[in-house]
Amino acid sequence: MAEPKPALDTLPLKARASALDFYYGDFQALKKIDMPIYEKRVTALIGPSGCGKSTFLRCFNRMHDLYPGNRYVGEISLHPDNVNLLDKSVDPIEVRMRLSMVFQKPNPFPKTIFENVAYGLRVRGVNRRAVLEEKVEEALRAAALWNEVKDRLQDMAFNLSGGQQQRLCIARALATEPEILLFDEPTSALDPIATASIEELITELKQRVTILIVTHNMQQAARVSDFTAYMYIGELVEFGWTDDIFIKPKNPQTEAYITGRFG
Amino acid sequence: MSANRLSHRASRHVKERIIESILFLAALVSVATTLGIVYILVKESVVFFNQVPLWDFLTDTQWTPLFDDAHFGIIVLLSGTLVSSGVALAVAIPLGTLIAIYLSEFASARAREFAKPVLELLSGVPTIIYGYFALLFLTPLLQKLIPGLPGFNLLSAGIVMGIMIVPYVASISEDAMRAVPMSLREGSYAMGATRLQTALKVVFPGALSGVAAAYILGISRAVGETMILAVAAGMQPNLTWNPTESAATITAFIVQVALGDLPHGSVGYQTIFAAGLTLMLLTLVFNVLGHVMRRRFREQY
Repeated sequence: MAEPKPALDTLPLKARASALDFYYGDFQALKKIDMPIYEKRVTALIGPSGCGKSTFLRCFNRMHDLYPGNRYVGEISLHPDNVNLLDKSVDPIEVRMRLSMVFQKPNPFPKTIFENVAYGLRVRGVNRRAVLEEKVEEALRAAALWNEVKDRLQDMAFNLSGGQQQRLCIARALATEPEILLFDEPTSALDPIATASIEELITELKQRVTILIVTHNMQQAARVSDFTAYMYIGELVEFGWTDDIFIKPKNPQTEAYITGRFG
Repeated sequence: MSANRLSHRASRHVKERIIESILFLAALVSVATTLGIVYILVKESVVFFNQVPLWDFLTDTQWTPLFDDAHFGIIVLLSGTLVSSGVALAVAIPLGTLIAIYLSEFASARAREFAKPVLELLSGVPTIIYGYFALLFLTPLLQKLIPGLPGFNLLSAGIVMGIMIVPYVASISEDAMRAVPMSLREGSYAMGATRLQTALKVVFPGALSGVAAAYILGISRAVGETMILAVAAGMQPNLTWNPTESAATITAFIVQVALGDLPHGSVGYQTIFAAGLTLMLLTLVFNVLGHVMRRRFREQY
Protein backbone atom coordinates (compact mmCIF):
# COMPACT_ATOMS: atom_id res chain seq x y z
CA MET A 1 0.00 0.00 0.00
CA ALA A 2 2.40 2.60 -1.19
CA GLU A 3 -0.14 5.01 -2.66
CA PRO A 4 -1.43 7.73 -0.32
CA LYS A 5 -4.45 6.69 1.65
CA PRO A 6 -7.69 8.52 0.90
CA ALA A 7 -9.43 10.35 3.73
CA LEU A 8 -11.86 8.03 5.52
CA ASP A 9 -14.88 10.27 5.06
CA THR A 10 -14.48 10.14 1.29
CA LEU A 11 -14.74 6.35 1.19
CA PRO A 12 -18.10 4.81 0.30
CA LEU A 13 -19.65 3.14 3.33
CA LYS A 14 -21.18 -0.34 3.06
CA ALA A 15 -22.32 -0.79 6.64
CA ARG A 16 -21.97 0.82 10.03
CA ALA A 17 -22.38 -0.51 13.54
CA SER A 18 -23.70 2.13 15.92
CA ALA A 19 -23.87 1.77 19.69
CA LEU A 20 -24.12 -1.98 19.24
CA ASP A 21 -24.59 -4.07 22.38
CA PHE A 22 -25.09 -7.80 22.29
CA TYR A 23 -26.20 -10.13 25.05
CA TYR A 24 -26.02 -13.92 25.40
CA GLY A 25 -28.80 -14.12 28.01
CA ASP A 26 -27.54 -11.92 30.84
CA PHE A 27 -23.95 -11.85 29.61
CA GLN A 28 -23.02 -8.76 27.67
CA ALA A 29 -20.65 -9.87 24.92
CA LEU A 30 -20.44 -6.61 22.93
CA LYS A 31 -20.31 -3.12 24.42
CA LYS A 32 -21.18 0.00 22.47
CA ILE A 33 -19.44 -0.91 19.24
CA ASP A 34 -19.21 1.91 16.70
CA MET A 35 -17.48 0.93 13.51
CA PRO A 36 -17.69 1.59 9.78
CA ILE A 37 -17.35 -1.07 7.10
CA TYR A 38 -16.10 0.44 3.84
CA GLU A 39 -17.30 -0.80 0.50
CA LYS A 40 -15.10 -3.25 -1.42
CA ARG A 41 -12.47 -3.20 1.26
CA VAL A 42 -11.28 -5.98 3.53
CA THR A 43 -11.81 -5.25 7.21
CA ALA A 44 -10.12 -7.58 9.69
CA LEU A 45 -11.31 -8.13 13.26
CA ILE A 46 -8.50 -9.14 15.59
CA GLY A 47 -8.14 -9.65 19.31
CA PRO A 48 -7.54 -12.36 21.91
CA SER A 49 -9.93 -15.30 22.33
CA GLY A 50 -13.24 -14.30 23.85
CA CYS A 51 -12.91 -10.65 22.83
CA GLY A 52 -16.19 -10.81 20.89
CA LYS A 53 -14.86 -10.64 17.34
CA SER A 54 -16.82 -13.69 16.14
CA THR A 55 -19.86 -12.56 18.09
CA PHE A 56 -19.65 -9.21 16.30
CA LEU A 57 -19.30 -10.88 12.90
CA ARG A 58 -22.30 -13.12 13.52
CA CYS A 59 -24.47 -10.05 14.25
CA PHE A 60 -24.18 -9.02 10.60
CA ASN A 61 -26.12 -12.00 9.26
CA ARG A 62 -28.24 -12.42 12.36
CA MET A 63 -26.84 -15.89 13.14
CA HIS A 64 -27.56 -15.21 16.80
CA ASP A 65 -31.27 -15.41 16.01
CA LEU A 66 -30.89 -19.19 15.71
CA TYR A 67 -30.44 -19.59 19.44
CA PRO A 68 -32.83 -18.51 22.16
CA GLY A 69 -31.89 -15.87 24.71
CA ASN A 70 -29.72 -13.72 22.43
CA ARG A 71 -30.43 -10.01 22.25
CA TYR A 72 -29.19 -7.09 20.15
CA VAL A 73 -29.33 -3.44 21.19
CA GLY A 74 -28.26 -0.64 18.87
CA GLU A 75 -27.98 -1.00 15.14
CA ILE A 76 -26.05 -2.14 12.14
CA SER A 77 -27.09 -0.11 9.11
CA LEU A 78 -26.62 -1.56 5.67
CA HIS A 79 -25.96 0.86 2.84
CA PRO A 80 -26.91 2.21 0.34
CA ASP A 81 -30.52 1.72 1.52
CA ASN A 82 -29.59 2.52 5.13
CA VAL A 83 -31.72 -0.21 6.68
CA ASN A 84 -31.04 -1.38 10.25
CA LEU A 85 -30.54 -5.10 9.71
CA LEU A 86 -30.94 -5.82 13.42
CA ASP A 87 -34.44 -4.35 13.50
CA LYS A 88 -37.09 -6.82 14.69
CA SER A 89 -39.21 -6.07 11.64
CA VAL A 90 -36.39 -7.16 9.33
CA ASP A 91 -36.56 -10.84 8.43
CA PRO A 92 -33.19 -12.49 9.19
CA ILE A 93 -33.63 -14.58 6.04
CA GLU A 94 -33.76 -11.38 3.99
CA VAL A 95 -30.55 -10.25 5.68
CA ARG A 96 -28.83 -13.56 4.91
CA MET A 97 -29.91 -13.22 1.29
CA ARG A 98 -27.65 -10.16 1.06
CA LEU A 99 -24.73 -11.23 3.28
CA SER A 100 -22.99 -14.57 2.97
CA MET A 101 -20.78 -16.29 5.50
CA VAL A 102 -17.80 -18.63 5.38
CA PHE A 103 -17.18 -20.58 8.57
CA GLN A 104 -14.18 -21.61 10.60
CA LYS A 105 -14.36 -25.27 9.67
CA PRO A 106 -15.28 -26.08 6.06
CA ASN A 107 -18.90 -27.20 6.22
CA PRO A 108 -19.91 -28.50 2.78
CA PHE A 109 -23.38 -30.02 2.64
CA PRO A 110 -23.82 -33.76 2.08
CA LYS A 111 -24.40 -33.12 -1.61
CA THR A 112 -22.46 -33.00 -4.85
CA ILE A 113 -19.99 -30.23 -5.59
CA PHE A 114 -22.45 -28.73 -8.06
CA GLU A 115 -25.39 -28.82 -5.64
CA ASN A 116 -23.32 -27.28 -2.87
CA VAL A 117 -22.63 -24.21 -4.97
CA ALA A 118 -26.16 -24.16 -6.37
CA TYR A 119 -27.68 -24.36 -2.88
CA GLY A 120 -28.18 -20.65 -2.27
CA LEU A 121 -29.70 -20.20 -5.73
CA ARG A 122 -32.09 -23.12 -5.26
CA VAL A 123 -33.10 -21.73 -1.88
CA ARG A 124 -33.98 -18.52 -3.72
CA GLY A 125 -36.15 -20.48 -6.13
CA VAL A 126 -33.72 -20.57 -9.07
CA ASN A 127 -34.08 -23.99 -10.67
CA ARG A 128 -33.40 -23.42 -14.37
CA ARG A 129 -30.55 -25.73 -15.27
CA ALA A 130 -28.84 -23.28 -17.64
CA VAL A 131 -28.86 -20.48 -15.09
CA LEU A 132 -27.56 -22.75 -12.34
CA GLU A 133 -24.77 -24.09 -14.53
CA GLU A 134 -23.65 -20.60 -15.48
CA LYS A 135 -23.71 -19.26 -11.90
CA VAL A 136 -22.03 -22.34 -10.46
CA GLU A 137 -19.18 -22.11 -12.95
CA GLU A 138 -18.77 -18.40 -12.32
CA ALA A 139 -18.70 -18.88 -8.55
CA LEU A 140 -16.23 -21.77 -8.78
CA ARG A 141 -13.99 -19.71 -11.03
CA ALA A 142 -14.15 -16.78 -8.61
CA ALA A 143 -13.20 -19.15 -5.79
CA ALA A 144 -10.24 -20.47 -7.84
CA LEU A 145 -11.63 -23.98 -7.73
CA TRP A 146 -13.07 -24.42 -11.21
CA ASN A 147 -10.02 -26.00 -12.83
CA GLU A 148 -9.71 -28.57 -10.07
CA VAL A 149 -13.33 -29.70 -10.05
CA LYS A 150 -14.78 -28.99 -13.49
CA ASP A 151 -14.60 -32.66 -14.48
CA ARG A 152 -16.19 -33.98 -11.31
CA LEU A 153 -19.00 -31.62 -10.42
CA GLN A 154 -21.18 -34.60 -9.60
CA ASP A 155 -18.75 -35.97 -6.99
CA MET A 156 -19.68 -35.65 -3.35
CA ALA A 157 -18.18 -32.56 -1.77
CA PHE A 158 -16.71 -34.62 1.09
CA ASN A 159 -14.20 -36.11 -1.33
CA LEU A 160 -12.40 -32.78 -1.68
CA SER A 161 -9.39 -31.84 0.46
CA GLY A 162 -9.82 -29.45 3.38
CA GLY A 163 -8.55 -26.44 1.44
CA GLN A 164 -10.72 -27.31 -1.56
CA GLN A 165 -13.72 -27.73 0.73
CA GLN A 166 -13.17 -24.26 2.13
CA ARG A 167 -12.88 -22.79 -1.36
CA LEU A 168 -16.08 -24.65 -2.21
CA CYS A 169 -17.74 -22.96 0.76
CA ILE A 170 -16.48 -19.63 -0.56
CA ALA A 171 -17.89 -20.46 -4.00
CA ARG A 172 -21.18 -21.38 -2.34
CA ALA A 173 -21.21 -18.03 -0.55
CA LEU A 174 -20.31 -16.14 -3.77
CA ALA A 175 -22.87 -17.82 -6.01
CA THR A 176 -25.70 -15.69 -4.69
CA GLU A 177 -23.72 -12.48 -5.32
CA PRO A 178 -23.76 -11.17 -1.75
CA GLU A 179 -23.02 -7.57 -0.86
CA ILE A 180 -20.84 -8.47 2.09
CA LEU A 181 -18.85 -11.66 2.61
CA LEU A 182 -18.28 -12.59 6.24
CA PHE A 183 -15.31 -14.82 7.05
CA ASP A 184 -15.09 -16.41 10.50
CA GLU A 185 -11.46 -17.54 10.89
CA PRO A 186 -11.62 -19.22 7.48
CA THR A 187 -8.13 -20.71 7.56
CA SER A 188 -7.83 -21.90 11.15
CA ALA A 189 -8.52 -25.52 10.12
CA LEU A 190 -6.22 -25.44 7.08
CA ASP A 191 -2.56 -26.13 6.36
CA PRO A 192 -0.19 -23.28 5.34
CA ILE A 193 -0.47 -23.91 1.59
CA ALA A 194 -4.26 -23.98 1.62
CA THR A 195 -4.17 -20.92 3.86
CA ALA A 196 -2.03 -19.02 1.36
CA SER A 197 -4.44 -19.81 -1.48
CA ILE A 198 -7.43 -18.64 0.57
CA GLU A 199 -5.62 -15.41 1.49
CA GLU A 200 -4.79 -14.75 -2.14
CA LEU A 201 -8.41 -15.37 -3.00
CA ILE A 202 -9.62 -12.88 -0.38
CA THR A 203 -7.39 -10.17 -1.81
CA GLU A 204 -8.84 -10.86 -5.27
CA LEU A 205 -12.41 -11.00 -4.07
CA LYS A 206 -12.43 -7.49 -2.70
CA GLN A 207 -12.75 -6.24 -6.28
CA ARG A 208 -16.30 -7.51 -6.28
CA VAL A 209 -17.48 -7.66 -2.68
CA THR A 210 -17.04 -6.04 0.73
CA ILE A 211 -15.25 -8.39 3.10
CA LEU A 212 -15.26 -8.67 6.87
CA ILE A 213 -12.88 -11.25 8.28
CA VAL A 214 -12.28 -12.51 11.80
CA THR A 215 -8.81 -13.88 12.32
CA HIS A 216 -6.66 -14.86 15.27
CA ASN A 217 -3.63 -14.66 13.04
CA MET A 218 -2.20 -11.14 13.06
CA GLN A 219 0.06 -11.73 10.07
CA GLN A 220 -3.01 -12.77 8.15
CA ALA A 221 -4.80 -9.56 9.08
CA ALA A 222 -1.73 -7.60 8.02
CA ARG A 223 -1.52 -9.48 4.71
CA VAL A 224 -5.14 -9.39 3.54
CA SER A 225 -6.89 -6.43 5.07
CA ASP A 226 -7.22 -2.71 4.34
CA PHE A 227 -8.68 -1.92 7.72
CA THR A 228 -8.17 -3.57 11.08
CA ALA A 229 -10.25 -3.42 14.21
CA TYR A 230 -8.71 -4.51 17.50
CA MET A 231 -11.25 -5.74 20.04
CA TYR A 232 -10.84 -6.62 23.68
CA ILE A 233 -13.49 -8.01 26.09
CA GLY A 234 -16.43 -6.92 23.98
CA GLU A 235 -15.14 -3.46 23.20
CA LEU A 236 -13.67 -1.96 20.08
CA VAL A 237 -10.30 -0.65 21.22
CA GLU A 238 -8.97 0.72 17.96
CA PHE A 239 -10.01 0.89 14.33
CA GLY A 240 -7.98 2.20 11.43
CA TRP A 241 -6.00 1.52 8.28
CA THR A 242 -4.25 -1.81 8.71
CA ASP A 243 -0.74 -0.40 8.28
CA ASP A 244 -1.46 2.35 10.79
CA ILE A 245 -2.68 -0.20 13.31
CA PHE A 246 0.31 -2.43 12.78
CA ILE A 247 3.01 0.21 12.48
CA LYS A 248 1.90 3.01 14.76
CA PRO A 249 -1.09 2.01 16.87
CA LYS A 250 -2.50 4.87 18.92
CA ASN A 251 -3.67 2.75 21.81
CA PRO A 252 -1.03 1.15 24.08
CA GLN A 253 -3.32 -1.91 24.49
CA THR A 254 -3.33 -2.45 20.74
CA GLU A 255 0.40 -2.05 20.62
CA ALA A 256 0.86 -4.61 23.39
CA TYR A 257 -1.27 -7.10 21.49
CA ILE A 258 0.31 -6.45 18.09
CA THR A 259 3.83 -6.78 19.40
CA GLY A 260 2.95 -10.02 21.17
CA ARG A 261 3.44 -8.76 24.69
CA PHE A 262 -0.18 -9.56 25.39
CA GLY A 263 -2.78 -11.99 24.09
CA MET B 1 9.11 -57.14 50.47
CA SER B 2 9.50 -57.78 46.80
CA ALA B 3 7.97 -61.25 47.09
CA ASN B 4 4.99 -59.68 48.78
CA ARG B 5 4.57 -57.25 45.93
CA LEU B 6 4.87 -60.01 43.38
CA SER B 7 2.20 -62.15 45.05
CA HIS B 8 -0.07 -59.14 45.22
CA ARG B 9 0.32 -58.68 41.50
CA ALA B 10 -0.34 -62.33 40.86
CA SER B 11 -3.60 -62.20 42.78
CA ARG B 12 -4.66 -59.12 40.88
CA HIS B 13 -3.80 -60.89 37.68
CA VAL B 14 -5.97 -63.88 38.62
CA LYS B 15 -8.85 -61.58 39.49
CA GLU B 16 -8.54 -59.84 36.14
CA ARG B 17 -8.56 -63.19 34.38
CA ILE B 18 -11.69 -64.32 36.23
CA ILE B 19 -13.55 -61.13 35.40
CA GLU B 20 -12.38 -61.39 31.82
CA SER B 21 -13.71 -64.94 31.52
CA ILE B 22 -17.06 -63.97 33.04
CA LEU B 23 -17.41 -61.16 30.53
CA PHE B 24 -16.37 -63.48 27.72
CA LEU B 25 -18.93 -66.09 28.79
CA ALA B 26 -21.64 -63.44 28.87
CA ALA B 27 -20.76 -62.47 25.33
CA LEU B 28 -20.61 -66.12 24.35
CA VAL B 29 -24.18 -66.76 25.53
CA SER B 30 -25.65 -64.50 22.85
CA VAL B 31 -23.41 -65.84 20.12
CA ALA B 32 -24.04 -69.44 21.17
CA THR B 33 -27.80 -68.84 21.26
CA THR B 34 -27.76 -67.49 17.73
CA LEU B 35 -25.67 -70.40 16.53
CA GLY B 36 -27.98 -72.82 18.36
CA ILE B 37 -31.04 -71.35 16.67
CA VAL B 38 -29.43 -71.55 13.26
CA TYR B 39 -28.32 -75.13 13.96
CA ILE B 40 -31.82 -76.28 14.96
CA LEU B 41 -33.46 -74.48 12.06
CA VAL B 42 -31.05 -75.89 9.50
CA LYS B 43 -31.07 -79.42 10.96
CA GLU B 44 -34.86 -79.66 11.09
CA SER B 45 -35.21 -77.98 7.71
CA VAL B 46 -32.92 -80.63 6.22
CA VAL B 47 -35.37 -83.29 7.44
CA PHE B 48 -38.16 -81.30 5.81
CA PHE B 49 -36.37 -80.80 2.52
CA ASN B 50 -35.58 -84.54 2.38
CA GLN B 51 -39.29 -85.09 1.95
CA VAL B 52 -40.31 -81.94 0.11
CA PRO B 53 -38.10 -80.82 -2.77
CA LEU B 54 -36.74 -77.28 -2.44
CA TRP B 55 -38.08 -76.49 -5.90
CA ASP B 56 -41.65 -77.30 -4.84
CA PHE B 57 -41.17 -75.24 -1.68
CA LEU B 58 -40.19 -72.23 -3.73
CA THR B 59 -42.55 -72.56 -6.69
CA ASP B 60 -45.75 -74.28 -5.50
CA THR B 61 -48.67 -71.87 -5.24
CA GLN B 62 -50.57 -73.76 -2.57
CA TRP B 63 -49.87 -74.17 1.13
CA THR B 64 -51.85 -77.13 2.48
CA PRO B 65 -49.61 -79.07 4.85
CA LEU B 66 -52.66 -80.43 6.71
CA PHE B 67 -54.45 -81.89 3.69
CA ASP B 68 -54.01 -85.39 2.29
CA ASP B 69 -52.94 -83.72 -0.93
CA ALA B 70 -50.26 -81.68 0.84
CA HIS B 71 -48.64 -78.70 -0.87
CA PHE B 72 -45.79 -76.64 0.53
CA GLY B 73 -45.53 -73.43 -1.47
CA ILE B 74 -43.93 -70.90 0.88
CA ILE B 75 -44.89 -68.09 -1.52
CA VAL B 76 -48.41 -68.35 -0.11
CA LEU B 77 -47.25 -67.40 3.40
CA LEU B 78 -44.63 -65.04 2.05
CA SER B 79 -47.30 -63.04 0.23
CA GLY B 80 -49.14 -62.49 3.51
CA THR B 81 -45.93 -61.39 5.20
CA LEU B 82 -44.92 -59.05 2.38
CA VAL B 83 -48.35 -57.47 1.94
CA SER B 84 -48.84 -56.81 5.65
CA SER B 85 -45.28 -55.50 5.98
CA GLY B 86 -45.82 -53.31 2.93
CA VAL B 87 -48.93 -51.78 4.47
CA ALA B 88 -47.11 -51.30 7.77
CA LEU B 89 -44.17 -49.55 6.12
CA ALA B 90 -46.46 -47.37 4.03
CA VAL B 91 -47.76 -46.10 7.36
CA ALA B 92 -44.59 -46.13 9.45
CA ILE B 93 -42.00 -44.65 7.09
CA PRO B 94 -43.80 -41.41 6.12
CA LEU B 95 -45.26 -40.90 9.58
CA GLY B 96 -42.06 -41.80 11.42
CA THR B 97 -39.94 -39.58 9.16
CA LEU B 98 -42.27 -36.61 9.55
CA ILE B 99 -42.31 -37.02 13.32
CA ALA B 100 -38.52 -37.25 13.38
CA ILE B 101 -38.15 -34.08 11.28
CA TYR B 102 -40.61 -32.28 13.52
CA LEU B 103 -38.96 -33.37 16.75
CA SER B 104 -35.43 -32.75 15.57
CA GLU B 105 -35.84 -29.47 13.68
CA PHE B 106 -39.06 -27.76 14.72
CA ALA B 107 -40.17 -28.79 18.19
CA SER B 108 -39.10 -26.68 21.15
CA ALA B 109 -37.00 -28.39 23.78
CA ARG B 110 -40.08 -28.64 26.03
CA ALA B 111 -42.27 -30.14 23.34
CA ARG B 112 -39.58 -32.69 22.55
CA GLU B 113 -39.12 -33.63 26.18
CA PHE B 114 -42.82 -34.31 26.38
CA ALA B 115 -43.36 -35.96 23.01
CA LYS B 116 -40.44 -38.36 22.89
CA PRO B 117 -41.26 -40.41 26.01
CA VAL B 118 -44.93 -40.53 25.00
CA LEU B 119 -43.91 -41.77 21.57
CA GLU B 120 -41.65 -44.38 23.07
CA LEU B 121 -44.52 -45.49 25.28
CA LEU B 122 -46.27 -46.57 22.08
CA SER B 123 -43.56 -49.11 21.44
CA GLY B 124 -44.04 -50.48 24.94
CA VAL B 125 -47.65 -51.51 24.32
CA PRO B 126 -47.85 -55.33 24.18
CA THR B 127 -48.43 -56.46 20.60
CA ILE B 128 -51.42 -58.58 21.62
CA ILE B 129 -53.16 -55.35 22.62
CA TYR B 130 -52.38 -53.92 19.19
CA GLY B 131 -53.83 -57.10 17.70
CA TYR B 132 -57.15 -56.63 19.43
CA PHE B 133 -57.09 -52.93 18.63
CA ALA B 134 -56.85 -53.87 14.96
CA LEU B 135 -59.50 -56.60 15.16
CA LEU B 136 -62.09 -54.87 17.33
CA PHE B 137 -61.59 -51.18 16.61
CA LEU B 138 -59.87 -50.54 13.29
CA THR B 139 -61.45 -53.35 11.27
CA PRO B 140 -65.06 -52.29 12.03
CA LEU B 141 -64.05 -48.73 11.17
CA LEU B 142 -62.48 -49.81 7.89
CA GLN B 143 -65.51 -51.97 7.10
CA LYS B 144 -67.60 -48.80 7.00
CA LEU B 145 -65.25 -47.36 4.37
CA ILE B 146 -64.65 -50.54 2.43
CA PRO B 147 -67.83 -52.61 2.16
CA GLY B 148 -67.23 -56.33 2.12
CA LEU B 149 -63.98 -56.15 4.04
CA PRO B 150 -63.61 -59.45 5.90
CA GLY B 151 -63.31 -59.46 9.69
CA PHE B 152 -59.77 -60.74 9.36
CA ASN B 153 -57.71 -58.75 6.87
CA LEU B 154 -54.13 -57.73 6.13
CA LEU B 155 -54.98 -54.05 5.78
CA SER B 156 -56.13 -53.46 9.33
CA ALA B 157 -53.35 -55.59 10.82
CA GLY B 158 -50.77 -53.85 8.62
CA ILE B 159 -51.92 -50.35 9.57
CA VAL B 160 -51.78 -51.14 13.27
CA MET B 161 -48.42 -52.81 12.81
CA GLY B 162 -47.28 -49.59 11.13
CA ILE B 163 -48.43 -47.58 14.14
CA MET B 164 -46.47 -49.92 16.34
CA ILE B 165 -43.32 -49.38 14.26
CA VAL B 166 -43.64 -45.57 14.06
CA PRO B 167 -41.81 -44.97 17.37
CA TYR B 168 -38.81 -47.05 16.24
CA VAL B 169 -38.53 -45.27 12.91
CA ALA B 170 -39.13 -41.85 14.45
CA SER B 171 -36.81 -42.29 17.41
CA ILE B 172 -33.82 -43.66 15.49
CA SER B 173 -34.29 -41.19 12.63
CA GLU B 174 -34.50 -38.34 15.10
CA ASP B 175 -31.28 -39.42 16.80
CA ALA B 176 -29.60 -39.52 13.41
CA MET B 177 -30.86 -36.06 12.48
CA ARG B 178 -29.82 -34.56 15.79
CA ALA B 179 -26.35 -36.01 15.24
CA VAL B 180 -25.96 -33.85 12.12
CA PRO B 181 -23.52 -31.16 13.23
CA MET B 182 -24.86 -27.71 13.99
CA SER B 183 -22.25 -26.27 11.61
CA LEU B 184 -24.14 -27.76 8.65
CA ARG B 185 -27.40 -26.18 9.80
CA GLU B 186 -25.64 -22.85 10.32
CA GLY B 187 -24.17 -23.12 6.83
CA SER B 188 -27.63 -23.62 5.42
CA TYR B 189 -29.24 -20.81 7.41
CA ALA B 190 -26.38 -18.51 6.46
CA MET B 191 -27.28 -19.10 2.80
CA GLY B 192 -30.73 -17.72 3.54
CA ALA B 193 -32.51 -21.05 3.84
CA THR B 194 -35.66 -21.44 5.92
CA ARG B 195 -36.05 -24.06 8.62
CA LEU B 196 -37.98 -26.35 6.33
CA GLN B 197 -35.41 -26.03 3.53
CA THR B 198 -32.62 -26.71 6.02
CA ALA B 199 -34.43 -29.74 7.41
CA LEU B 200 -35.24 -31.27 4.03
CA LYS B 201 -32.19 -30.32 1.96
CA VAL B 202 -29.37 -30.51 4.49
CA VAL B 203 -30.31 -32.30 7.71
CA PHE B 204 -32.25 -35.16 6.14
CA PRO B 205 -29.60 -36.07 3.53
CA GLY B 206 -26.96 -35.60 6.22
CA ALA B 207 -28.70 -38.16 8.41
CA LEU B 208 -29.42 -40.59 5.58
CA SER B 209 -27.38 -43.51 6.90
CA GLY B 210 -29.11 -43.39 10.26
CA VAL B 211 -32.51 -42.89 8.69
CA ALA B 212 -31.90 -45.84 6.37
CA ALA B 213 -30.96 -47.93 9.40
CA ALA B 214 -34.22 -46.89 11.05
CA TYR B 215 -36.20 -47.98 8.00
CA ILE B 216 -34.41 -51.32 7.85
CA LEU B 217 -35.08 -51.92 11.52
CA GLY B 218 -38.72 -51.09 10.86
CA ILE B 219 -38.84 -53.62 8.02
CA SER B 220 -37.29 -56.30 10.23
CA ARG B 221 -39.85 -55.60 12.93
CA ALA B 222 -42.70 -55.79 10.43
CA VAL B 223 -41.53 -59.04 8.85
CA GLY B 224 -41.07 -60.69 12.23
CA GLU B 225 -44.24 -59.39 13.89
CA THR B 226 -46.52 -62.22 14.97
CA MET B 227 -49.27 -61.42 17.42
CA ILE B 228 -51.02 -58.59 15.59
CA LEU B 229 -51.21 -60.71 12.45
CA ALA B 230 -52.25 -63.88 14.22
CA VAL B 231 -55.09 -62.00 15.89
CA ALA B 232 -56.25 -59.63 13.16
CA ALA B 233 -55.16 -60.99 9.76
CA GLY B 234 -56.53 -64.50 10.01
CA MET B 235 -54.82 -67.86 9.88
CA GLN B 236 -55.99 -68.93 6.45
CA PRO B 237 -53.13 -69.39 3.97
CA ASN B 238 -54.04 -67.35 0.93
CA LEU B 239 -51.84 -66.39 -1.99
CA THR B 240 -52.82 -62.76 -2.49
CA TRP B 241 -51.32 -59.35 -3.08
CA ASN B 242 -54.54 -57.63 -2.06
CA PRO B 243 -54.40 -56.13 1.44
CA THR B 244 -58.18 -56.21 1.86
CA GLU B 245 -58.15 -60.01 1.97
CA SER B 246 -57.48 -62.30 4.86
CA ALA B 247 -54.23 -64.27 4.78
CA ALA B 248 -51.81 -66.10 7.04
CA THR B 249 -48.24 -64.87 7.32
CA ILE B 250 -45.15 -66.97 7.98
CA THR B 251 -45.21 -66.00 11.63
CA ALA B 252 -48.94 -66.64 12.05
CA PHE B 253 -48.52 -70.10 10.55
CA ILE B 254 -45.68 -70.94 12.92
CA VAL B 255 -47.84 -69.92 15.88
CA GLN B 256 -50.69 -72.03 14.62
CA VAL B 257 -48.58 -75.18 14.25
CA ALA B 258 -46.56 -74.61 17.41
CA LEU B 259 -49.84 -74.39 19.34
CA GLY B 260 -50.33 -78.05 18.52
CA ASP B 261 -52.49 -78.48 15.46
CA LEU B 262 -49.97 -80.88 13.95
CA PRO B 263 -48.39 -83.99 15.49
CA HIS B 264 -44.65 -83.80 16.31
CA GLY B 265 -42.40 -85.46 13.77
CA SER B 266 -44.83 -85.20 10.87
CA VAL B 267 -43.87 -83.41 7.68
CA GLY B 268 -46.45 -80.79 8.54
CA TYR B 269 -44.68 -80.17 11.82
CA GLN B 270 -41.29 -79.93 10.10
CA THR B 271 -42.69 -77.15 7.92
CA ILE B 272 -42.42 -74.65 10.73
CA PHE B 273 -38.65 -75.00 10.67
CA ALA B 274 -38.50 -74.43 6.94
CA ALA B 275 -40.81 -71.44 7.39
CA GLY B 276 -38.70 -70.19 10.29
CA LEU B 277 -35.55 -70.50 8.22
CA THR B 278 -37.18 -68.49 5.42
CA LEU B 279 -38.12 -65.80 7.92
CA MET B 280 -34.61 -65.68 9.28
CA LEU B 281 -33.06 -65.44 5.83
CA LEU B 282 -35.48 -62.63 5.03
CA THR B 283 -34.52 -60.59 8.08
CA LEU B 284 -30.86 -61.43 7.47
CA VAL B 285 -31.12 -60.00 3.96
CA PHE B 286 -32.59 -56.77 5.33
CA ASN B 287 -29.97 -56.52 8.03
CA VAL B 288 -27.15 -56.98 5.53
CA LEU B 289 -28.84 -54.45 3.28
CA GLY B 290 -28.99 -52.06 6.22
CA HIS B 291 -25.28 -52.51 6.86
CA VAL B 292 -24.39 -51.95 3.22
CA MET B 293 -26.51 -48.80 3.09
CA ARG B 294 -24.98 -47.52 6.30
CA ARG B 295 -21.53 -47.96 4.88
CA ARG B 296 -22.42 -46.41 1.58
CA PHE B 297 -23.98 -43.30 3.06
CA ARG B 298 -21.65 -42.94 6.00
CA GLU B 299 -21.11 -39.24 6.52
CA GLN B 300 -17.63 -37.87 7.00
CA TYR B 301 -17.89 -34.95 9.34
